[in-house]
Amino acid sequence: MKVDQLSIFLENRAGRLAEVTKILSDTGVNIRALSLADTSDFGILRLIVSDFEKARTELKNQGFTVGRTSVVALEVDDQPGGLNNILAILQAENINVEYMYAFVHQSSNNAVIIFRFDRTDQAIELLKKNNLTIIPGQKLYSI
Amino acid sequence: MIFDVEHETMPREELEQLQLRRLQTLVERVYHNVPFYKKRLEEKGIRPRDIQKLEDVRYLPFTGKQDLRNNYPYGLFAVSMENIVRLHSSSGTTGKATVVGYTHRDVRTWASLMGRCLNAAGVGPGDILHNAYGYGLFTGGLGAHYGAEAAGATVIPMSGGATRRQIMIIKDFMATAICCTPSYALHLAETAGELGIDARSLPLKVGIFGAEPWSESMRKDIEARLNIKALDIYGLSEIMGPGVGIECAEAQNGLHMQEDHFLLEVIDPVSGDPVAPGEMGELVITTLTKEAIPLLRYRTRDLTRLESTPCRCGRTTARMMRVQGRSDDMLIIRGVNVFPQQIESILLETDGLAPHYQLVVDRKGTMDTLEVRVEINEKIFSDEIKGLQSLEKKVQGAIKEFLGVTATVKLVEPKGIERSMGKAQRIIDLRKEAQ
Repeated sequence: MKVDQLSIFLENRAGRLAEVTKILSDTGVNIRALSLADTSDFGILRLIVSDFEKARTELKNQGFTVGRTSVVALEVDDQPGGLNNILAILQAENINVEYMYAFVHQSSNNAVIIFRFDRTDQAIELLKKNNLTIIPGQKLYSI
Repeated sequence: MIFDVEHETMPREELEQLQLRRLQTLVERVYHNVPFYKKRLEEKGIRPRDIQKLEDVRYLPFTGKQDLRNNYPYGLFAVSMENIVRLHSSSGTTGKATVVGYTHRDVRTWASLMGRCLNAAGVGPGDILHNAYGYGLFTGGLGAHYGAEAAGATVIPMSGGATRRQIMIIKDFMATAICCTPSYALHLAETAGELGIDARSLPLKVGIFGAEPWSESMRKDIEARLNIKALDIYGLSEIMGPGVGIECAEAQNGLHMQEDHFLLEVIDPVSGDPVAPGEMGELVITTLTKEAIPLLRYRTRDLTRLESTPCRCGRTTARMMRVQGRSDDMLIIRGVNVFPQQIESILLETDGLAPHYQLVVDRKGTMDTLEVRVEINEKIFSDEIKGLQSLEKKVQGAIKEFLGVTATVKLVEPKGIERSMGKAQRIIDLRKEAQ
């Protein structure tokens, strides 16, 4: 049920992000979703890509520091209150969202949001129990 | 394994007698053969016969690196060029280069002193020494080379560069010992990893590292990553080259100095007066036996202290404790003395951090600022900003606590800090450029 997210350490300097996208482009890896968290001197680029291993190997070879993080992709009703319902369920069980970002594509008529939880396994259990649609990694990489 | 039992285990009293005899001959020699010293001695009103006891050395004039530069290239030589068989030169990274010469006997003395060092490190017949010090004008390569032959070891004259090839040679030639800079040793370990080779599985047993300052925690790191015993060697081209002193494999605690050839003093770098025995100060060396370019009271700029308690290896020579920095590398930040090695120790004591760092000193208005750049690695990388920021804060807190200086800590991408071939550039002082 989990999705592999690629995290990349980036120094905050001009052209560094483009170097990552160039490497991915040259290796034929497609970016499915992304988010960039930054401070004044460094940033962390988080990516969901079409081929995790290929992207990771190539970025490492080119000297980037990369990591793997398990995240959860969830379908969210594309209407007022859609996200709020989910957050309420999580809050009731004291599960924290470390960060979240939106997926580029839609799945059917719903939005897709990527979540990083502090307790991933418990979060998955809880979401399933509440009949929410989790999109497994394999499906997500090829959307 | 002791190379020269007579001189390395000589009773102190006897050693001091030998030093005095040699010092008297030396002063006589430079007075007559080196116009520079004749003038300096006359300015101080000193005649060679005034040197009656070892302590009288303090009446002799100091020699600094600038004196060698001012007399570039051959002005301080005490013999004619017909007697010089070899020349070496310092890199000149901090100014004009300096040139040193060797007579035939100097070259032999150097080989035997370096041979002593290798034996003290446990390297002798049957050992294969991978010598990765640069061959050329730099004294490291040839110094270690001839020393290895004197010690009866097999030497691989590798020199620097071509790191991937070096790993193959170490592996295929079954090298049991290595000589290089400590930062290059870490670079070798990293490169081995990149090649999919476990650096711990290489046949090396001992490493002899010098030519740049390093810390106790960096030693532990090298020992763990290469599965070897790491020993500190000391030398400087002006005095001879590598082989002035080395840690023995038995105690690994302070560098045994070749006192029958070098007279040592520790002084206050500002006043020039001797410090109390065992106190920290700047090391000053007088070359007792060198023929080509003998130096009186050479200011090494290295900050250290001498320990004269007996060592369990049996040598009676004084031990120089690890060099704590250079009197001219010392950074004064808002009035606080900071040595790069202190920062290095803090980084190595922080979980997962590698000793790849750079200090950037600047001045904003009237305030000095210190930025510590540290390379990130996969062990410490977190995909959450707060994880990395808390690491930065942890290092910042430790620097504040141990050194009393507020620094900003900045994580940078791996290999963003120049290193490997030569010496890592640890300090960028922008204050000097602004002046």
